[in-house]
Amino acid sequence: MDFLPNTQKDREEMLKTIGVKSIEELFSDIPPALRFKGDMKMPAALSEYEVAKLMRELSEKNSAKDLATFVGAGAYDHYVPSVVRHVLGRSEFYTAYTPYQPEVSQAVLQSIFEYQTMICEITGMDAANASMYDGASAAAESVTIASGLTRRKNALVSRTVHPETRAVTETYAKGHNIAVKEVPFENGVTSLTELDKLLASDVACLVIQQPNFFGNIEPVEEISKKVQAAGATLIVQVNPMSLGVLRPPAEYGAEIVVGEGQVFGNPMAFGGPYLGVLAVRDKYLRRMPGRLVGMTSDNRGQRGFVLTLQTREQHIRRDRATSNICSNEALNALAATVYLSWLGKEGLKELAEHCVAKAHYLADAIANLKGYSLAWNTPFFNEFAVKCPVDPEEIVKSLVSKKILAGYPLGRAYPELKDHLLIAVTEKRTKKEMDDLLAGLEGLA
Amino acid sequence: MRGLEPLIFEVSKPGRKSYSLPALEVEKKPMSEYLPGGELREAPAELPEVAEVDLVRHFTRLSQLNHGVDIGFYPLGSCTMKYNPKINEEVANLPGFTDIHPYAPEETVQGALQMMYELQEYLAEIAGMDKVSLQPAAGAHGELTGIHIIRAYHESRNDSARTKILIPDAAHGTNPASGVLAGFQTVQIPSNSRGGVDIEALDKVMDETVAGLMLTNPNTLGLFDENIEKIQEIVHKRGGLLYYDGANANAIMGIARPGDMGFDVLHFNLHKTFSTPHGGGGPGSGPVAVKKDLAPFLPVPVVEFDGEKYFLNYDVPNTIGRVKSFYGNFLVMVKAYAYIRSLGPDGLREASKDAVLNANYLLRRITEYYDLPYDRHCKHEFVVSPQRIKKETGCHTMDISKRLLDYGVHPPTNYFPLIVDEAIMVEPTETESKDSLDYFADALIAIAKEAYSNPEMLHKAPHTTVVGRLDEAGAAKNPRLRWRKGM
Repeated sequence: MDFLPNTQKDREEMLKTIGVKSIEELFSDIPPALRFKGDMKMPAALSEYEVAKLMRELSEKNSAKDLATFVGAGAYDHYVPSVVRHVLGRSEFYTAYTPYQPEVSQAVLQSIFEYQTMICEITGMDAANASMYDGASAAAESVTIASGLTRRKNALVSRTVHPETRAVTETYAKGHNIAVKEVPFENGVTSLTELDKLLASDVACLVIQQPNFFGNIEPVEEISKKVQAAGATLIVQVNPMSLGVLRPPAEYGAEIVVGEGQVFGNPMAFGGPYLGVLAVRDKYLRRMPGRLVGMTSDNRGQRGFVLTLQTREQHIRRDRATSNICSNEALNALAATVYLSWLGKEGLKELAEHCVAKAHYLADAIANLKGYSLAWNTPFFNEFAVKCPVDPEEIVKSLVSKKILAGYPLGRAYPELKDHLLIAVTEKRTKKEMDDLLAGLEGLA
Repeated sequence: MRGLEPLIFEVSKPGRKSYSLPALEVEKKPMSEYLPGGELREAPAELPEVAEVDLVRHFTRLSQLNHGVDIGFYPLGSCTMKYNPKINEEVANLPGFTDIHPYAPEETVQGALQMMYELQEYLAEIAGMDKVSLQPAAGAHGELTGIHIIRAYHESRNDSARTKILIPDAAHGTNPASGVLAGFQTVQIPSNSRGGVDIEALDKVMDETVAGLMLTNPNTLGLFDENIEKIQEIVHKRGGLLYYDGANANAIMGIARPGDMGFDVLHFNLHKTFSTPHGGGGPGSGPVAVKKDLAPFLPVPVVEFDGEKYFLNYDVPNTIGRVKSFYGNFLVMVKAYAYIRSLGPDGLREASKDAVLNANYLLRRITEYYDLPYDRHCKHEFVVSPQRIKKETGCHTMDISKRLLDYGVHPPTNYFPLIVDEAIMVEPTETESKDSLDYFADALIAIAKEAYSNPEMLHKAPHTTVVGRLDEAGAAKNPRLRWRKGM
């Protein structure tokens, strides 16, 4: 298959207009020594049927698709309603690009405006951008914003923040010569005493996660007071779904809110594409990376939407831009917008409550199993750590045969927690699946 | 103020709903018994309350306000808006790809890892490079990754005086921004009279304080830099590395390879060259390919094959770390993989050949009316400038582009590259027929004539779109970035 519409006759006519004898002549400015003369080593072309078959076979090799998933750790198995796929399948959305020409891009622009509004409503913040690559890069770029505004070159990140968010933050910070230090944890949450020691007057920001990587509820009020007293910026990475029941970060003094937006209508998809939520207080607006859509009017007096405050961006400011981001995750943000419209005001709350209730049912039951205990006596949302009598890696491996993906072995990122398993529960998990997991765990103890 | 389609919030009515949840099956206590009272949300977020039919109609009607590749010609320069085959969308929706957790055990995701491994191999082959990371989420993200790799390479050799990155004045805006984001000072290199890098200027600034040069070849003028051998020699001899911005790789698949040109690291845009849709602004995917010497610096993890099974390798000795969570934009990779398998090596080369043929044909069809700053054969795209039209009629690129909207095509990239006054940057791609090129050329010629006969027609354009020219200055002066009741 080649998807080329030109016929040989078309090509001949075109060559004539150009005034050359062959297409080859159009490449005559490439030095002969640099012309690729061999055959690229890859399989020959396939028909559509053969591609469909090949891809189906590859996909069938992923038996993970049939597992009852109790792994969260940054990607959650929530149901994606049919309407999301239906709207995303509209090729007016998916075959468009960045809405540079607003007169023919009102669909993309208005849907981003709706997305920005929803994120502001959920987080309580003043402004949200059109999305970042993912939660991790949103957090990493927030550290840059905070460092720029405070003119300080030290950043703190709690060790209860997702290990991959910390890793990405570390990479980005290197480019700005920002030194990143980690704040240890205590009883499954950020240690306030350690935080006191590290919060010096040269600290630009603190990144925390709420609920944190272990699922636990951080003492955000105390943390926020300390950060504010030090004149630093509080950056909070949220699981946006938790904001169905938890209070908006703006209420406790978050100045930048980031999050992994996957939970809103995007499948787990082996890690991507997801979308990075980024929302700020007004004073950070002009330092914000990424696209922003604003409401305006046209020369006929109609309401319309445009990309705005573009002087922050790379295509205008080049080396003085707030970031290099250009393509973002617009279609995933559209998925989030459709999903949140589907859930609505009551649905987001009710779904979050279901996650809480189911997770607590399972946690209580696991705590009653012989040999197992909850790692900490700390409130949690829909994810919790369990201390296990056997190696969690063995548990995961063993329960796959029972069609269960039991959890995330915390030893992979926290050597001191190598006998701990992190378990997440979404609304999709049935009582039977939870009871199967319980039986599986009991059998391994 | 009335809009074309109400905002979803404006059609909301208390008590309406679309959602349904699976049975709870377990006891649900008041939330305050699970969570600290002080941390609970007092009032639910003000999300719209709509029935499913309202929701579907809203987004369907909204979608009809947009142009896309499936609707018509979209010659946006440097964006490669080629047709996105439907089969790729279909296979990316297979449950075996969508419903797998990134932390599932390797033995349960062998198909996903095999696809990624093979895609790495194909991209390395197309690039003429040795090793690939699929982690970056977009082109600019790939640039950032590549420049971090260059930085780490010099640091590993204790060559810490290299604080600058050289960037031609024709470069994409992301290049200088990525250089700065990776901690470098950027130095601009002028272009010569043939639209390539000014060799003398390069020679003057290339010294032991320079980490490398970022280059797009063919460049943003659509021109292949004939001096690339000389350029790479100057940079390499003085210890620098060469970065290839793959945004324009649609011109060279199977024809010339960046690795053979002397580049050390590059990124591809899967959403451009490899036909994955642009999604209204993303998701993209920006894999990075490197020569052998730079492989130890790639972000972790890299997908490897031990002869029996595919696995994620976190043991990369001098890795720059991570640039993204998990492994990159997986579903975008699925589509690019399906595309490469559909075309095969010959199909990829034919695609590049027709992309270049289409661009040159279109160029020659309009040069009677639009000025060509560099009169050469172009590659997959070209830049013209309406100099005469501007001088003689007062109509600008902006007016011409807005008038094009009335003809039902998406305008080319405007006012870029910056080195060409009033630039119009056109990239037709290979998936357009001679007929759609002729339609577009005829439209551009008709507009050029209108500029002389009825310039107001252009100044006031567009006339037929659902909205007219929008007040962008007003939007920036008084930012309204979210909806509020009574707005």
